Amino acid sequence: MKVLARLPLRPTLSSMRRHRLTVVLLLLQVAFTFAIVCNASFLLARRIRRVTVPSGLVEAGLSLVHVSEPGHGRTAAAAQADVAALRALADVQGAAIVDGLPLSGGASAFGTCGDLDAVHQVLKAHSMNVPGCGEPASFRVGPGALRVLGLRLVAGRDFRDQEYAPGHARNNVSGVPAVIVSRALARRLFGQGHAVGRMVYFGHTGFAEGVGCKVVGVVEHLQRWSLHAGSDDEAMLVPSVPAGPTTYFAVRSPPAQQARVLRDAEALLSRRHPDRAGADAGGQTYAQIRADYFQRDATMVGLLLSSAVGLLFVTALGIAGLASFWVQQRRRSIGVRRAMGATRADIMLQFQAENLLVVVAGVALGVVAAYALSAALMRSYELPLLPLGYVPGVFVLLLLVGQLAVLAPALRAAAVPPIVVSRG
Amino acid sequence: MFAYYLELAWHSLARTRVLTLLMVLAIALGIGASMTMLTVLHVMSGDPLPGLSGRLYRPYLDPLPLSYKPSDYGPDPRDDLTWPDAMALLRARKGVRQAAMAGGDLTVASADRMRPGRVSGRYTTRDLFAMFGVPFVAGSAWSPEDDAGRARVVVLSRSLARQLFAGDDALGRTVTLEGHVFRVVGVVRDWHPRPLFYADSSARRFSATDRFFLPLSTAVALRLPGNGDFSGWGHDSTSLTSPTMTWLQFWVQLNGADQVRAYRRFLHAYADNQFEAGRYQRPASNARLYSLMGWLHHQRVIPGDVRLQAWLALGFLCVCMLNIVALLLAKFLRRSAEISVRRALGARRRDVFAQLGVEAGLLGLGGGVLGLVLAQVGLWSVRARPDDYAHMARMDPLMLLATFVLAVTASTLAGLVPAWRACRIPPALQLKTL
Repeated sequence: MKVLARLPLRPTLSSMRRHRLTVVLLLLQVAFTFAIVCNASFLLARRIRRVTVPSGLVEAGLSLVHVSEPGHGRTAAAAQADVAALRALADVQGAAIVDGLPLSGGASAFGTCGDLDAVHQVLKAHSMNVPGCGEPASFRVGPGALRVLGLRLVAGRDFRDQEYAPGHARNNVSGVPAVIVSRALARRLFGQGHAVGRMVYFGHTGFAEGVGCKVVGVVEHLQRWSLHAGSDDEAMLVPSVPAGPTTYFAVRSPPAQQARVLRDAEALLSRRHPDRAGADAGGQTYAQIRADYFQRDATMVGLLLSSAVGLLFVTALGIAGLASFWVQQRRRSIGVRRAMGATRADIMLQFQAENLLVVVAGVALGVVAAYALSAALMRSYELPLLPLGYVPGVFVLLLLVGQLAVLAPALRAAAVPPIVVSRG
Repeated sequence: MFAYYLELAWHSLARTRVLTLLMVLAIALGIGASMTMLTVLHVMSGDPLPGLSGRLYRPYLDPLPLSYKPSDYGPDPRDDLTWPDAMALLRARKGVRQAAMAGGDLTVASADRMRPGRVSGRYTTRDLFAMFGVPFVAGSAWSPEDDAGRARVVVLSRSLARQLFAGDDALGRTVTLEGHVFRVVGVVRDWHPRPLFYADSSARRFSATDRFFLPLSTAVALRLPGNGDFSGWGHDSTSLTSPTMTWLQFWVQLNGADQVRAYRRFLHAYADNQFEAGRYQRPASNARLYSLMGWLHHQRVIPGDVRLQAWLALGFLCVCMLNIVALLLAKFLRRSAEISVRRALGARRRDVFAQLGVEAGLLGLGGGVLGLVLAQVGLWSVRARPDDYAHMARMDPLMLLATFVLAVTASTLAGLVPAWRACRIPPALQLKTL
């Protein structure tokens, strides 16, 4: 309380009024920095949320290997033989045929409806925007995929061996007897009710012939192939062993041996399908797939962070520079104050108080600037409005930066001896 | 006087070394960040075909049913044409030249050498070569009879021809594409306009190259695989010649504004006919003609991230410049004694103003040099990105010059207010307290 009483408010304000121009410049600088740092932090938080989105798989120890052969597609028998060979490798806990993984890019999605009425509405309206219908991502998988990927079943069961249908080329998935859906998809198609045992309709058989597939299981979470806004976890597993020129295998191993198992798997596939016949084998760990998918976001995160830090640094430079200029200008008045009984702490407090006032005023202006900037970003980049929570956080940050920047000049001011006055 | 001011400025900057260094650093950071992002924007918005791009146009038709709502998860089908529309436009021959095309990925093998691999290229009608000025090193484009007659002929890029036939002449030899035998009728230089404006939105426009070209009719007859967007909305959307699936890109060459107007009228008339015939449900006014650069803008070739980064860099430059204004003000006001002496000796206000302006400009020059170094570091980090435009991030002489111009201009502008404030210092008052 005694400190507050000694806060020299009136001398501070009057000295600032004498240096109007520099104070206004400092205000503007603080305001702009506040606006940019607030919005940059908001964008940063969004990107980090995007980069850490869960895939629904158990990612540690999961790898994706592939082999491609020219021509019109590999036979199911060839693919099964490859899977069996992969399972026989040392340290492989499981292997299964898939046609891709979440976040590996690519796309395969079918308009899907939960009942025949919805199907008719869709056909009439020429749009999937009908209640009870969605456009989930579809993953075609072979036997054992659920366990290898580490997906968590919350209802129902895995596919039975006889439910796997041999695949057709391209994206034809007709004739599958069963599907497993993600919980979000179940909620969209069937609301809060049970999904296991209900029928879904998709593809040619669903929409043209009205023949549906039974839902036999619901998994907790399964991410789409690529991220878009909203409905990112609506996906389904289709037990249709994919056929085509390239076959992908998901391989699970203990995380410690993952690199070696990946190399062994690639070598095995290369041996079985030699280079000279035109085959090509390769693979990645899931961690690499994830890093590749989010590379652009990682760059953006780095840029946003470095610009925010750079801006705070430049503002600190400005505050320190101006404060030392003021210390030099006011040597005489400081000496007078000291001669009249002010302690060193009083002088320091005066400078810190000036800085506090400038930062508070600057932030007040900066809030307006921040929301103006946020409105412009909303229009150009389809972002939501800046949440209020960032304002106090960045305010405290700027306050700290300001106080630290003015520390050295304030110490120098406090060191001015009282004797200077008498020299006239 | 200018040389004198330079000398004065140099001495003044050397006297306050720390402050000068801080200011140069601040300018350099702002300039470096801005020039990095502006260079990236500059290379991405460049003209892919200088000299020819002004004559190339892209028709846009709207065959979608009225009730169609575009899905969130795919491209706009209207960015491409359906087979019947493209063939009708080709047959009408309303432009100087016109071509329909689509991308494809094929496995290619030669009789003896190369092991089979996949390459991407274009299925197109023959006018593409003349329209885009594709340079041939051997042979030429296929004949119009080959074009319509589904002939099995192919034009290869030089790098692919070298890979398949080593040093031998590739003309007249045969290659196996996706199991079918094709005859090579031409070899083109490695030609890749940046961005690859004639590809559809699924292509990597800044790094992809077409390594073969073959007739569109052949590709459809043999059902060769495509590598672009195929968007269908009807029941019979699986056939390539279906009227309810779009997958073709169409370019037309028009010389002069009269031809452009005439082609626009033709497009509207065509859309009207289709509307009357019941094929189109949407009004004919939806049909449009885009210029090449207009089409690149419509397709948003520059990703939103890049634009955001450019704005961020410019905002950073603004804050740095505000900083410079404040520091310059402090610096000039600190020299009131020296300025008042000059004024007392007869300098007018505008002389003092000029002197301080030169000092600010010199500061900007120093900041520009350091900023150039920082910009090169920034561009090097951009080149390390895996994006398809990353490899193009290099400064050309224009951007080099722009760096210095920006640095000196910004600093001089920043020094205007401080210089004006300082030149108002009256001479007499200060002499008393010297």
